[in-house]
Amino acid sequence: MIKLTDIRKAYHQGQHNELWALNGIDLTIEANKVTVLSGPSGSGKSTLLTIVGCMARPTSGRVQLGERDISGLPERFLTDIRRKTFGFVFQQFNLISGLSARDNVMLPAYPLGGDWRELHARADALLDTLKLGQRRDARVEWLSGGEQQRVAIARALINDPQVLIADEPTANLDTALSREFMEILENLKGQGKTIILTSHDPLLVESSVVDRVVHLRDGHLVEAEQ
Amino acid sequence: MKTWIAKQKALIDFTLSSLARRKLKNLGLLLVYTIIVFLLASVMLYTHALRHEAAQVLKSSPEVIVQRLVAGRHDLIPPGYLEKLGRIRGVQSKEGRLWGYFYDNVVSANYTLMAPSSASHDFGQVADGKIVIGAAVARERGLAPGNLISFRSYTGKLFIFTVAAVLPHEAELVSADLLLLSETDFRSFFDIPAGYYNDIALSVANPQEVRNIAGKISETLPDARIILREEVLRTYESIFNWREGIVLVLLSGSILAFAIFAWEKASGLSAEEKREIGILKAIGWETGDVLKMKFWEGALVSLAAFLLGYVAAYLHVFHFSAALFEPVLKGWSVLYPRFELVPVVDGFQIATLFFFTVFPYTVATIVPIWRAAITDPDAVMRG
Repeated sequence: MIKLTDIRKAYHQGQHNELWALNGIDLTIEANKVTVLSGPSGSGKSTLLTIVGCMARPTSGRVQLGERDISGLPERFLTDIRRKTFGFVFQQFNLISGLSARDNVMLPAYPLGGDWRELHARADALLDTLKLGQRRDARVEWLSGGEQQRVAIARALINDPQVLIADEPTANLDTALSREFMEILENLKGQGKTIILTSHDPLLVESSVVDRVVHLRDGHLVEAEQ
Repeated sequence: MKTWIAKQKALIDFTLSSLARRKLKNLGLLLVYTIIVFLLASVMLYTHALRHEAAQVLKSSPEVIVQRLVAGRHDLIPPGYLEKLGRIRGVQSKEGRLWGYFYDNVVSANYTLMAPSSASHDFGQVADGKIVIGAAVARERGLAPGNLISFRSYTGKLFIFTVAAVLPHEAELVSADLLLLSETDFRSFFDIPAGYYNDIALSVANPQEVRNIAGKISETLPDARIILREEVLRTYESIFNWREGIVLVLLSGSILAFAIFAWEKASGLSAEEKREIGILKAIGWETGDVLKMKFWEGALVSLAAFLLGYVAAYLHVFHFSAALFEPVLKGWSVLYPRFELVPVVDGFQIATLFFFTVFPYTVATIVPIWRAAITDPDAVMRG
């Protein structure tokens, strides 16, 4: 469970271009569910996602991961929590070109220093699960958009995180690939993962796999629907 | 510890694949850096080996040499001087030496002629009418043992000698232009009367006493110039230092240009690299991990360059006789000695070179990365 209490986030605070992206968000995200943060561009959903995922700290407010308050932790501890608890899938996938699909998948595990062979096996197994086994040695820039996203998902899952975070995951996919993505979500949910997404794609927002949609506008929570 | 090793292994592995992705840039850098190390190491190895060689040669040279000066110029030692020196306490042995220079019109080269005492070389006394020649002389004049060679002396008289032997190649550094004659032949060739010598070599019972003995000699023979072995060593040292300096000054322009190029290439961070650092931070790498990875990148390139450059310099100096710097470092002569230096490697020198090449390069790669690596991990999300 992730609990957010009165979360505010300002960019360029104290400067002429100060911008409050979040204005007092109170939200509890349940474990083992698929939650979508929805809203128009600039509503603050991506900012909220970065705070939930320990990528950024709120300007004020508290973030609780389980029973632990993590909002005041220094970068080092936040990074540790981030890589053990969260897996990220970015809108542009953010894969490192020139590297193979498998190398990209293994990247988040490098700083943990685990067993080399075991890591390879884990990466291969993930790629097999996501039907990318044949493409594991291909450089990521040679892959199609759907394949790239699956590599990004495999990368997000390599450290076996409890929570998967995806920012506008279907924004760059056609309908068929978006449906494929939702099947993957279904699977992950079945494995007991907590999934938090941002999206304003009706295909995803209205999908049966989604348990809860949280609407945002101008940094405020508009409503939460089940 | 195991985790730490596994982590470094993983980082190195990623670094290697990173380097492979920017093959052209990194190979260019490696090449430039290897050339810098090669040039610097060549100069260092060569001058160090020459110094070492000179010191080895001078080790067996006499501790004190006495010359006679007339009007400030070197003149022959007249009869009686040897006996006077023999009476000075502390002088263990004394020997009058005969040596001189001769210009050979045929090959436009200067030879050094000596009448050795039997103890001073491996060939024993040279018989009258015979001559032992240095390897460079043999090469230039196309001579072999048994051949005849003639010289017209400064008195205009023609002398014909039979080549008895050629001095060994290993001694070429000091004997390239040497001709050894019997004392009788030497005296008649240069028209030096019996009892006269060019200088006197002394050996001293107690090396600590060399300076005192030198003082006593100048009291006994006020017209003598006293040359101590330690002074000769010091002179050699400064000659080689000077030559090393000259080469380094000549090279400094190009080395600096190379260094600036390498620094610029290493420290410049492309938009692609910045993006990658952002991604790594976003997927859970700490600033420290990114820095470690880049440290390995700089270290691997500069270590490889250091090893390649140093090995190439070693081969250049000790197997190819430092062909690039030979004319400056070896000195100028018609009769160039051909020799292979005995490999001498100085640990301190390696450490100095290592510090001035690997260290700045590694810093040059890390500093800009550090600036990029402290960006917030959410920058990727926002970008």
